[in-house]
Amino acid sequence: MGEPKFAVEMRGVSKRFGEVLANDNISLAIPDQSIHAIIGENGAGKSTCMNILYGFYTADEGEMLIDGQPRQISSPGDAIKLGLGMVHQHFMLVEPLTVTENIILGGEPTSGVSIDYAQARARVRELSEQYGLKIDPDATVGGLSVGQQQRVEILKTLYRGARILILDEPTAVLTPQEVGEMFAILRGLREQGKTIIIITHKLAEVLALSDNITVMRDGKVVGNLPTKGATAEGLAKLMVGREVLLRVEKNEARPGEPVLTVRGLTLRGVEGNTVLSDVSFEVRGGETLGIAGVEGNGQTELIEILAGLREPTSGEVLLKGRSIAGLNPRRRKLRGIAHIPEDRHRRGLLLSFDLAGNSILGVHRESPISGRLLLNGSVIVERAERLVNQYDVRPPNVALPARALSGGNQQKLIVAREFDIKPKLILVAQPTRGVDIGATEFIHRSLIELRDAGAAVLLVSAELDEVLSLSDRVIVLYEGRVVGEVDPKSVSEEEIGCLMTGVQPGEAELGSRRAEGQGRSGAGEHRNEV
Amino acid sequence: MKSAFKELMFPLIAVVAAFLVGGIIVWMVGDSPLLVYELFFTSAFGTLDGIGYTLFYATPLIFTGLAVAVAFKCGLLNIGAEGQLIVAAFATAWVGLVLPTWPAAVVLVLAMVAAVVMGGVWSGIPGVLKAKFGAHEVITTIMMNFIAVGLVSYLTQYHYRKVGDPILETFPIAERVDGVLVGPHIPRMSVMLGWIGISFPDRLPLNLAFILALIACVVVYVFLWKTKWGYELRAVGENPSAAEYGGISISRNIVMAMFISGMLAGMVGINDVLGYRYRYYHDFSASYGFTGIAVALLGRNHPGGVLIAAILFGALIRSGLFIDIFTDHVSKDWVVILQAIIILFVACEAVFRGRWKRA
Repeated sequence: MGEPKFAVEMRGVSKRFGEVLANDNISLAIPDQSIHAIIGENGAGKSTCMNILYGFYTADEGEMLIDGQPRQISSPGDAIKLGLGMVHQHFMLVEPLTVTENIILGGEPTSGVSIDYAQARARVRELSEQYGLKIDPDATVGGLSVGQQQRVEILKTLYRGARILILDEPTAVLTPQEVGEMFAILRGLREQGKTIIIITHKLAEVLALSDNITVMRDGKVVGNLPTKGATAEGLAKLMVGREVLLRVEKNEARPGEPVLTVRGLTLRGVEGNTVLSDVSFEVRGGETLGIAGVEGNGQTELIEILAGLREPTSGEVLLKGRSIAGLNPRRRKLRGIAHIPEDRHRRGLLLSFDLAGNSILGVHRESPISGRLLLNGSVIVERAERLVNQYDVRPPNVALPARALSGGNQQKLIVAREFDIKPKLILVAQPTRGVDIGATEFIHRSLIELRDAGAAVLLVSAELDEVLSLSDRVIVLYEGRVVGEVDPKSVSEEEIGCLMTGVQPGEAELGSRRAEGQGRSGAGEHRNEV
Repeated sequence: MKSAFKELMFPLIAVVAAFLVGGIIVWMVGDSPLLVYELFFTSAFGTLDGIGYTLFYATPLIFTGLAVAVAFKCGLLNIGAEGQLIVAAFATAWVGLVLPTWPAAVVLVLAMVAAVVMGGVWSGIPGVLKAKFGAHEVITTIMMNFIAVGLVSYLTQYHYRKVGDPILETFPIAERVDGVLVGPHIPRMSVMLGWIGISFPDRLPLNLAFILALIACVVVYVFLWKTKWGYELRAVGENPSAAEYGGISISRNIVMAMFISGMLAGMVGINDVLGYRYRYYHDFSASYGFTGIAVALLGRNHPGGVLIAAILFGALIRSGLFIDIFTDHVSKDWVVILQAIIILFVACEAVFRGRWKRA
């Protein structure tokens, strides 16, 4: 009987960056024609490991085998020649160019001196049909949806003859429907003889899609196992090293007076398009209102208006009965509105400033942080250290620049900063995106504690599980309109999926189909969330 | 501490590397690199005269270096320091020329205010254009340079020059009468040190403006890192979206940063008009505005670094003459070449940093 063939093997691979041992004696084997998931928390070393495989880094020790042959891979060029292809989490596409132009970039077919576009287009069309990646070769990349752009990225690798595809967090940017389509594509690629490696933290998807799993923690491989028989709880425990509370446990809400009142909020975009249309809702103290909806249906703009970063076209926003129109973010903060932004790098942090400097953003003018002329350095540092300890930000060194922290710790710092003002209203958007399990657990608990203490929480999240398990009430936003309110404890997946995609509940098509095998059972339980 | 050391490393390497390359050039034209190095050190730092001139030449560079650094901290490129210091210098002289009968002390203060305000306004205009219309400050500040030169030359030539004077300069605002300087001016180091009983040669033009430059370094440091306004300015430079989220006004800080930058550049006028030539003298600026960009770059946009870099460049200017005279083949252009090589190395630093990290 023949030995199972391995497309990729890594034996004893180690990589050090200065003092940090990012990969410690990594050994794994990826069978040919399989879908293999590599999972782990932020900083576990999974991206480093794959970057070594793809030639971005060179390992300090160990060897790699491709199709059973030991190989030296010192650059992505070498990797591509060996049949490897990588699709990064942040796409590397040139938006003004067409799909074809992006795909052939760097490997243009020529006829004489000029580029043979006809040949290129034909090849792209051929590949897209062969692998079921429907795309218009002449479409401008900038106009494509995120899911379509991702298909272009995959086609790029296939165009260069990739047989082993590495995908970094492939579903992070996709809507639930697109996730289903992506899974179909990946399974199709596997049937056609490709080997797929996905780096991810989404346990439910890993269980639904992959054939084998490698779990990494702190730079080491802590488990190589077949997916059959694995459970989310078991994987989480391997990833974190201890029992992880995957379920959000919360008491019944005891809502009090209305804190946030939104009436008739409308926003028209620069081109006259409607971004928000007559949005009205109320959030009371001591309750969490969740806003469900596919990204791009106005949630981002809604939160920005409430935070003071954008002017609405019309409508009213009242905090405890008083209008807050015209107040800038700093003044809103003084009134007790905290905001955890959906994009922490763009909105929430000054990456080259140290933690202390970041901890005062938004409150930097208030006493005792600032006197009449000078900032109070010692007050700032003491307060920062208190926050860092209270909210478990690691490493707890306030002199480090914010960019040195992992995503989860950066998010905890922002949470610490915002919660410290003892807010009456918290606007939270995508609180656990790109955040590891441990930090996610912490942030969820903090939100519930704050809600129990009487604050009003407005939660926007693309993770349906998160919205449904954390919220006491849920409204659904579709094309800028509130299309329904549901009870998170009892709503069916079908019902909310329909609302999210604008389909009337009861119609034939199931609007929001999430990954096969993913389910939500019972009140207050949610999965994965890393 | 470790990071401070790392920050100093690259500029230091750039300078040392530049000197090495400069030495090779000297060797190639047939002179001894060691002689040139020796001349550099002794003429710039080896004598009192040397130190005096070095610091005098460094003074305007401290101002323009700070100017560029402050703008850069807000994410702005002020290429207009040259024009700003020209209008500021002219304004300084103009105050002295139109108020000849007022008490010199009053005129002096007004002239200094004029320098700072004119410089600020000249830079503030591009700041407003950027804040309101998004006009790129590189373009607007460069254009303002041309306007400055044209305007000031015109005013000097047709309105404020002594008839028959072949040099393009204004009337003097202060003159020596019986050996004593009469009219608005700032005292030379010889005079100031004389007050505390230290003798310092009168021929050296080092003056109060150098002290003002040192004070400016301290003030800029405190402003940027120890006040809430400086925090806001730096936040806008680091990440405008996050600054906005923190309730900071981006447009207000852009205008403020450009204004402050122009004010600093304008102080060069104080050094030259009130401390050295006592008139507006066309072409008085040896490209201070543009060299200031190099100084800010080398000093990594930090007041301490700017001070050291400005002194280095001042030393180069001072030693240039000596190197020219005391070598057979090397001319004073050598120091200009050295400046350029330093800048090239500092610019390449980004590449080396990337390589270091990957290794």
